[in-house]
Amino acid sequence: MQELTFDTLIAVFEEIFGRGLFWTMVAAAVLVTLGWIYVLIRDRSLGMRQFLVAQLFMPVGAVLAVWFVMKMTDSHLADIGGPVDVIVLLGIAAMGAVGGAILVYTVERLLFRRGAPTQD
Amino acid sequence: MTREFQTSRRAFLALAAAGGAAAALPGEAVQAQAVPTNARIVIIGAGAAGTALVNRLVDRLEGAQITLIDPRVEHLYQPGLTLVAAGLKPPSYVVSQTTDWLPDGVTLIPARVAAVDPEAQTVSTERGETLDYDFLVVAPGLILDHDAIEGFSLDLVGENGIGALYAGPDYAARTWHAASRFIEEGGRGVFTRPATEMKCAGAPLKHTFLIDDRLTRAETRGAARIDYIAPQSSLFGVPIVAERVRMLFDERDINYTYGRTLRSIDAGTKIATFTDADGFTHDEEYDYLHVIPPQRAPEFVRQSGLAWADRWTDQGWVDCDPATLRHNRYANIWAVGDVAGVPKGKTAASVKWQVPVVEDHLVAAIQGAEGTETYNGYTSCPLITRIGRAMLIEFDYNNDLTPSFPGIIAPLEELWISWLMKEVALKATYNAMLRGQA
Repeated sequence: MQELTFDTLIAVFEEIFGRGLFWTMVAAAVLVTLGWIYVLIRDRSLGMRQFLVAQLFMPVGAVLAVWFVMKMTDSHLADIGGPVDVIVLLGIAAMGAVGGAILVYTVERLLFRRGAPTQD
Repeated sequence: MTREFQTSRRAFLALAAAGGAAAALPGEAVQAQAVPTNARIVIIGAGAAGTALVNRLVDRLEGAQITLIDPRVEHLYQPGLTLVAAGLKPPSYVVSQTTDWLPDGVTLIPARVAAVDPEAQTVSTERGETLDYDFLVVAPGLILDHDAIEGFSLDLVGENGIGALYAGPDYAARTWHAASRFIEEGGRGVFTRPATEMKCAGAPLKHTFLIDDRLTRAETRGAARIDYIAPQSSLFGVPIVAERVRMLFDERDINYTYGRTLRSIDAGTKIATFTDADGFTHDEEYDYLHVIPPQRAPEFVRQSGLAWADRWTDQGWVDCDPATLRHNRYANIWAVGDVAGVPKGKTAASVKWQVPVVEDHLVAAIQGAEGTETYNGYTSCPLITRIGRAMLIEFDYNNDLTPSFPGIIAPLEELWISWLMKEVALKATYNAMLRGQA
C-alpha cells in the first residue's frame, strides 16, 4: 500500500459493511457519543452506579463486536494466525467494550434523571 | 457507591476542540500547479490502468485533449473474480460501468482499436475513425486465448465439471456452480495454469486453496483428490514464495506436477490432455477442471510493430523499458498494465505503482523535460490459503520480498489480517486508485 488517506479509510469501511450499514453505524455512534457528552455536561458528574452497570456490559460489547466483524468478513476465530491478528482482534474487542459501556451508560443516564437515587 | 466524579464543562469543550483540530489536519499533500498544454493524448484502454491514469492526468494538465478508446461498457474489478468463483461474493461484486470512473472533460470512444501507426502518430479504430496523437498510452489489457485449448469453449463453463474464472463475472459464478458439485460429490479436481505470462499468477493457486478449503468444510475432502498441473518448473515465479506454497500444498495433500501444459479437453469423457517438454501427451481424467487459457496482447499491438521483436514473440507484449514503461523505440508511447512487456506486474497492485511513473514521464515530456519516477516491478498478491486466511505477498523484479508492513504483517505467514485486506480493504483501495487518489 502506497499511502493510506482518510478517504481511503472511509472507503475501506464502506466496503466492509456496505455503504448504508456503515453510515447508519456512524450515525448511531455519533448519536450515542453526543448523548453521552450531553449527560456528562448536564450532570457535570459521572454517576457511579450507572458507570458500574455500564462496566458490566463491557464483555458483552467486546464479544458482540468480534462476532459482528467475523460475520461480516466470512471469518472464524480459528483464522487467527499470528501476533498481529491477536492485536487486531483485541483492538476490535476493546472498541466493542468501550462502545458498549458508553451506550449503556448514556441510556441509563438519559432514562434516570440526575439527582435520583445515586446522590448522597 | 454514591460518590461522583466531578467534571467541568470547560474540560469537555477543550477535549472536543482537540478532537476537531485533529480531524481538520490536512490529510493530503498540496497538489502541484497544473501544467498548461494543448497536447493530444490518446489512452488505449479504460480499464484499471487507463482509468487511474486519466484521473491523475486531468489534475496535472490544463487544456490537454485526452481521449480514451475502449469498447467495454462494464468495468470489472478483476481481483474479485477468485472470490466469486469460490461462492464468497456475487457476480455483481466485480461489475461497475466504465463511465462511472471517468472524469469530466475527457472523450471516451467506445470502439476497438484496429491499428496504431507510431510513425504517423495515429490510432485507428474498427469503426473507421483515425485519431492523431502527440502522446500515446497503450493500456488495453490482454486477450484470453480460449481457442488455443482444443475442445474448450466458454459455453462449457459451469457444466461438465469445467470452471474458468478468468473469463468474467458470469463465468466465475458458473465456475463456482461446477466447483460446488465437485465439493459435494468429491472425485478428482485438476487445476491448471498456462505456459504464457498471465495476469495475477496467484489466482490459480488461490482457486486451488479455496476449493480445497471448501471440500474440508463440506467434509468431503477425503473423497477428493486435488492435482495442480502447471507448465512451469515451480509453483510461483518468486522462489521463496514457491517454496512456501509447496509446503502448504504438501501439508494439505495437494498433488503438483510441473512441466505440463493443457492442450485439449474432451468434455464428453472428462479427459484433459497435457503435453510435456518432450512433446509427449498425458491424459488426465477429471471430475472438476479449472482452465486458465494462454494470454496474449491484443492483435493490434503486434500488427502495429509495438511488441518486442525478440521476447515473448508468441505473446506480443509491448516493447518498453521496465523502469519507465516508455516504449523502447517510440519516445512518445508508454505501456501500462497487463499489456506492458515487463517480467512482472500483471496485477491491479502493479498498476497502482506503474500509473504514477507513466504520469510523471508523460507530464515531464509535455514540459520538454525528463521524468524521474521509476517502477521496480512491484507486484502484490494477497494469496488466499483458505477462507479467512491469506499471505500478503509483495515482490519486485528482483524476486525480493517488499512487504508494505515489515515487522507487522509477515509476508509468508498465513494471517487473518491479510485475508481482511484481500476481502475487504482491497476493493476500496482499488476504487481509490481508479479515481486517481491512491
